[in-house]
Amino acid sequence: MRLFVSEGAPGNLPVLAAAGRVRGRAEVLISTVGLEECMVPFLTRPRVPVLQLDSGNYLFSTSSICRYFFLLSGWEQDDLTNQWLEWEATELQPALSAALYYLVVQGKKGEDVLGPVRRALTHIDHSLSRQNCPFLAGETESLADIVLWGALYPLLQDPAYLPEELGALRSWFQTLSTQEPCQRAAETVLKQQGVLALQPFLQKQPQPSPPDGRAVTNEPEEEELATLSEEEVAMAVTAWEKGLGSLPSLRPQQNPVLPVAGERNVLITSALPYVNNVPHLGNIIGCVLSADVFARYSRLRQWNTLYLCGTDEYGTATETKAMEEGLTPQEICDKYHVVHADIYRWFNISFDIFGRTTTPQQTKITQDIFQRLLTRGFVLQDTVEQLRCERCARFLADRFVEGVCPFCGYEEARGDQCDKCGKLINAIELKKPQCKVCRSCPVVKSSQHLFLDLPKLEKRLEEWLGKTLPGSDWTPNARFIIRSWLRDGLKPRCITRDLKWGTPVPLEGFEDKVFYVWFDATIGYLSITANYTDQWERWWKNPEQVDLYQFMAKDNVPFHGLVFPCSALGAEDNYTLVSHLIATEYLNYEDGKFSKSRGVGVFGDMAQDTGIPADIWRFYLLYIRPEGQDSAFSWTDMLLKNNSELLNNLGNFINRAGMFVSKFFGGYVPEMVLTPDDQRLLAHVTLELRHYHQLLEKVRIRDALRSILTISRHGNQYIQVNEPWKRIKGSEADRQRAGTVTGLAVNIAALLSVMLQPYMPTVSATIQAQLQLPPPACSILLTNFLCTLPAGHQIGTVSPLFQKLENDQIESLRQRFGGGQTKVSPKPAAVETVATAEPQQIQVLMDEITKQGNIVRELKAQKADKNQVAAEVAKLLDLKKQLALAEGKPLETPKGKKKK
Amino acid sequence: MAAAEELTLLEKSLGLSKGNKYSAQGERQIPVLQTNNGPSLTGLTTIAAHLVKQANKEYLLGSTAEEKAIVQQWLEYRVTQVDGHSNKDDIRTLLKDLNSYLEDKVYLTGYNFTLADILLYYGLHRFIVDLTVQEKEKYLNVSRWFCHIQHYPGIRQHLSSVVFVKNRLYTNSH
Repeated sequence: MRLFVSEGAPGNLPVLAAAGRVRGRAEVLISTVGLEECMVPFLTRPRVPVLQLDSGNYLFSTSSICRYFFLLSGWEQDDLTNQWLEWEATELQPALSAALYYLVVQGKKGEDVLGPVRRALTHIDHSLSRQNCPFLAGETESLADIVLWGALYPLLQDPAYLPEELGALRSWFQTLSTQEPCQRAAETVLKQQGVLALQPFLQKQPQPSPPDGRAVTNEPEEEELATLSEEEVAMAVTAWEKGLGSLPSLRPQQNPVLPVAGERNVLITSALPYVNNVPHLGNIIGCVLSADVFARYSRLRQWNTLYLCGTDEYGTATETKAMEEGLTPQEICDKYHVVHADIYRWFNISFDIFGRTTTPQQTKITQDIFQRLLTRGFVLQDTVEQLRCERCARFLADRFVEGVCPFCGYEEARGDQCDKCGKLINAIELKKPQCKVCRSCPVVKSSQHLFLDLPKLEKRLEEWLGKTLPGSDWTPNARFIIRSWLRDGLKPRCITRDLKWGTPVPLEGFEDKVFYVWFDATIGYLSITANYTDQWERWWKNPEQVDLYQFMAKDNVPFHGLVFPCSALGAEDNYTLVSHLIATEYLNYEDGKFSKSRGVGVFGDMAQDTGIPADIWRFYLLYIRPEGQDSAFSWTDMLLKNNSELLNNLGNFINRAGMFVSKFFGGYVPEMVLTPDDQRLLAHVTLELRHYHQLLEKVRIRDALRSILTISRHGNQYIQVNEPWKRIKGSEADRQRAGTVTGLAVNIAALLSVMLQPYMPTVSATIQAQLQLPPPACSILLTNFLCTLPAGHQIGTVSPLFQKLENDQIESLRQRFGGGQTKVSPKPAAVETVATAEPQQIQVLMDEITKQGNIVRELKAQKADKNQVAAEVAKLLDLKKQLALAEGKPLETPKGKKKK
Repeated sequence: MAAAEELTLLEKSLGLSKGNKYSAQGERQIPVLQTNNGPSLTGLTTIAAHLVKQANKEYLLGSTAEEKAIVQQWLEYRVTQVDGHSNKDDIRTLLKDLNSYLEDKVYLTGYNFTLADILLYYGLHRFIVDLTVQEKEKYLNVSRWFCHIQHYPGIRQHLSSVVFVKNRLYTNSH
């Protein structure tokens, strides 16, 4: 049998999750087809997914395909399952399509999205809790669960749309989501883009009109823009016409930046990198670069923004490094602090402050918080059994012990935390502990230590979380980590260490000890600010006026979301606590981990030696930002993304728009007389711009980057269809049309330059210089698309923005940085297995597809003969299939497919 | 025809004598059946499948995995497509699709009469009675199938018999 799926069709989810059932019983070939293709000969409107049976029959209903897979695996139909499936088709689906349409196509959020489906969600929740079974039709997961899970997943994977109060629904949904077939289906279909992966599909759906609007017409491609309402178009045109005049005046630069009453004050921190490790790409994307994008965006919104970071310098690791290099710890810190600062400067990170933790302010503030905790009875004293390496003659700090995790059995668990299960570990609980320096087995010795009494603070913490979490933008992984900690119950946490290089403990009997870095490292944010301005408390003791965003990788969540808030709450000094904790997953290198010791991966200081500009690194790292799940850096992918997205899409569009102004209009932006088509384009760009804002407000950095690329795709297509280079040679009317198209295109380019600013600041500045964009328009981004380059505006000299990355160049880099082998990413249940082709070959195919796509569009635009169009479409589809095969990605509709 | 009425027709055609009472739920008047020995069942096709099993006529739900899936697919089609639409264009598309599907089939599953035929017949009845002779000729395969089902013993009952002309009148149309 043959399963036909299309990129972004929601029906793929349950079908792929159910397909696993027939493994070993029947062969399922999976092919990707376009959303517009009619695979079922007797149906007028296209349906996907579709299963073609060996008998020649077709199953075109998603539930029936799933049902068939279940039946083949020996499952028997029952009344309860039938009832759920009928309910899904008649009640849930209409409500859900409306919600998804509002969310993805119209960019609505909150109650506007949840409203239409709330009744249905409540129905599931009640049924689950009433029948007291973990699954819809009994004790085990079955057809009904898969079909409903698949339908709901696109919406509910965003925790904002999984209401807290529907506990039974939540746990049912989460249980299914973590099961392997479902997880795999979700990865394949949503491709880490969340619900936006469904955009191409949903855009083609008619606007739902609940409660009974269930028409399922599929508008042909040409009429796609018509989904915008007249009103939306009119509003976009009005905003456009206001132009530069509607820009507010630019905020004056302040030094130092301090909160202003009545304004939005955004304080942004990036996790403090440990001073003696050179950061690798994963560290950079995890905190510093992610926070930078948000800080730059925040400034574009004219929010009062302070972005700070610094090196975390205390601890044993520094002491050891100092011994190795024959320097004092302070000298080591001085030396490496500069290395860090240089790397971030090269990456164009826009810190307001890049400080360090080894300062008198750090001692002062840490000791103050400690004293307050002590006098309020939140500090305990206890004897600690600690690991001591006799050979190295010292107590072993957590990071110097390795062993087997007592919870999950992971072999390389660290002394403080297991990388595998994420649980915190007391070093002496490790099984088979080893000193990481000399590999001998340490012995347990006892010593007096201080503890933060977390159980006593737990109630305050929960109260604070209860107020903070709902409606905030904490990432789901952060919520999950904190929730699981609280569920397990908090335990007293040791905050001192037997070391010299650290913040001294101001207590008798503890003169030879220092604070544990995880008590005082998070205080580093405060002391770094204190070194920047003596009015630091206006940021850090001002929770009413300050919105605190903290960026980090997920392993840092407990310390920022739990330990520091507990210290601050216990200190009772009105500290500003994190409002939005933004945690990334991990970035892998090719197929493995980054490893300094094995020389695998790209480290911050090496990136500059590759000859690839910082902005290209920024772009690619942000494009693959591990948002929602782990992702991997891949050289081949970087080449492809550079050559397809930057060079062929974004760069090509902006360059053409500028070149037309120079070549055809002497460098002056021509008069624009907007036709209804142009107005719809305006509205479409506005819609995408709004989408970009919504995503960035929620710190969905990677997803927002897609919006930029979508707009430039719209732009490319607009130029392609209207052919200004031909019209400029035509009649007066044609020349006027060429002018309008050029003018509108160059204004879209100007908009893109601003949207691009958080991601690629240098490229953004280059475009703005080329277009001579007026200064206020360069630094402010509104939610409307304005005409910022009015007729008569003179632009500068236009030149290409990006360079092609060549295959041999990338190949030599791959070898230089190790981790050579490329493997195809995890595959869906059953697919046609194919060999991956050379990137060059892929590039050739992609170019051909772009060309062929343009031919098809031109024909359609000219309303050419149907058969002729069909023939060209067939060629295009064939090319796409070839590409899919070449890429070894049978489920992806190839890039190069440009939709309107 | 209300769903409860349709289910009563189905009971009779299946030879069930007892006669269940149905209540209706919500705006769309979804039928609910309170069974004696279990929870209530909601939804037309769900209850219909339940009645088929009660009558020991499981073969009406299909005998192979493929047939079972196809039966359920057309039952879903019945409640989502046939019941969902009342505008002329949608109905025309629906009849056109169905006509093309039935081109090489006697019944919806191919060669076996199933519950899908019964419920689609009940669901389409209100549209077919209104078709002109010309339209009936245009949807020739649908007409052939519909005529066949309405003559199937015990199915039509009190519903009006739709007349189909045997000789083609409009030779130009197809």
